[in-house]
Amino acid sequence: MASDTKKLVTGPIADNNPIILQVLGICSALAVTTKMSTALTMCIALTAVLCASNVLISLIRNHVPSSIRIIVQITIIASLVIVVDQLLKAFAFGLSKELSVFVGLIITNCIVLGRAEAFALKNPPLPSFYDGLGNGLGYSAILLLVGFVRELFGSGSLFGFQILSLARDGGWYVPNGMLLLPPSAFFIIGLIIWAVRTWKPSQVEKPDFQIQTAHRAEVS
Amino acid sequence: MSAPDQKTAGGPLASILALPNDHPKKTVFMALAVCLSCSVIVASAAVGLRPLQVANQEAERIRNIVEVAGVRQAGQTIQEAFRNVETVMVRLADGQETDAIDPQTFSIERASKDPQMSRALTRAEDPANIKRLPDHMPVYKVRAADGSIQAIILPVHGAGLWSTLYGFLALEGDLRTVQALKFYQHAETPGLGGEVDNPNWRALWRGKVVYDEQWQPTVELVKGTVDPAMPGAQHKVDGLAGATLTARGVENLINFWLGDGGYGPFIARLRNERG
Repeated sequence: MASDTKKLVTGPIADNNPIILQVLGICSALAVTTKMSTALTMCIALTAVLCASNVLISLIRNHVPSSIRIIVQITIIASLVIVVDQLLKAFAFGLSKELSVFVGLIITNCIVLGRAEAFALKNPPLPSFYDGLGNGLGYSAILLLVGFVRELFGSGSLFGFQILSLARDGGWYVPNGMLLLPPSAFFIIGLIIWAVRTWKPSQVEKPDFQIQTAHRAEVS
Repeated sequence: MSAPDQKTAGGPLASILALPNDHPKKTVFMALAVCLSCSVIVASAAVGLRPLQVANQEAERIRNIVEVAGVRQAGQTIQEAFRNVETVMVRLADGQETDAIDPQTFSIERASKDPQMSRALTRAEDPANIKRLPDHMPVYKVRAADGSIQAIILPVHGAGLWSTLYGFLALEGDLRTVQALKFYQHAETPGLGGEVDNPNWRALWRGKVVYDEQWQPTVELVKGTVDPAMPGAQHKVDGLAGATLTARGVENLINFWLGDGGYGPFIARLRNERG
């Protein structure tokens, strides 16, 4: 059981990462990673929603009619997201203004619905919780990595503290403004996917079709 | 499974739960149960956290006033800096100040909905598309050491593309030069209309002249960038790329609030007092 738990939590971080292997949740990964502080808040919010929704959906899994299961899942996820949004507005007002619509958009984050549908509906609450935690951490790892690169090289700071002295304040570093624009997150995620698939070749997808091999197969 | 109705040992709830999942009765029951529990959770979170959120919004409002007023000295807290700002309630119709309303409890949004405290605007007199105009508005003054007005801060609001933008316009002591403009509440598209929050764009407003020689409001947001050599460049501000309707909303709301329907009479009174 202990090794199962470990697999559930650590598996989605590198082996089965929701962003870099399943390529889900990209929208928020582009939007909130210009700064570490917003990326971290988003990670905590998503992980909390994911764990809670997995547990709740797992608790009622034996009584969910299959005809309305998606609606039931979305209703539960949406309620949790609203609660998280309200909590942020009450306890982290400045951050909630910066995250603006993106907390609300956790509802449409495919990772949450994906885990509910793929795992929580078929497993007991405790493993579902670990699955949610693991996938939340996998999402967080990528978001924080992207946020680290974008904030450090885009603004020369980390969590708002100046690390590299900027040229416009008399220092030496000329910030790369492109890193503050959404496309740069695409490039960074692409590079991470490339790096991880070089490290773990098993993640490389098989090509959908290969004309030349097909011909050879016919001939032989 | 053929006759689930007979298994009523655990009461009506257990009998419904014992039905097969795809039984219509159970489907309706589950839908209702999930919706009810979720609405209870959402409603209690919204109601329970309301006081904290209101306090945050109030602190945010004061922070914005202090920011546009430019009164905060190094080392001062926002509350200390706000003591340099004098709040008065102004009757918009004639620009007179009144003590009848407590600015502490006054809310622009509440007053706009209350028929006792506001009046409906006709389409023609409502370019900012605010529907109802409060009879009174709070105005914030900053005085110089000799008692003359150093800046006045006017709350303004009006429709953008998706939402009503709420903000503060700070004018310098000459009552026609912009000191700062800041919107503290809106729901425009992030990255497009949401760029009204961009410090670089807000900095363009500083030094712009909102009134012409006849004291008519003449703010204009132009497409592209303003050429300083252009005639009337002091009345023109760069528009927002990709957000024409938000920019038009900002232009309309500023001109509306500075005009006769808004703070026009109040500004005229201050001008006459100064002589």
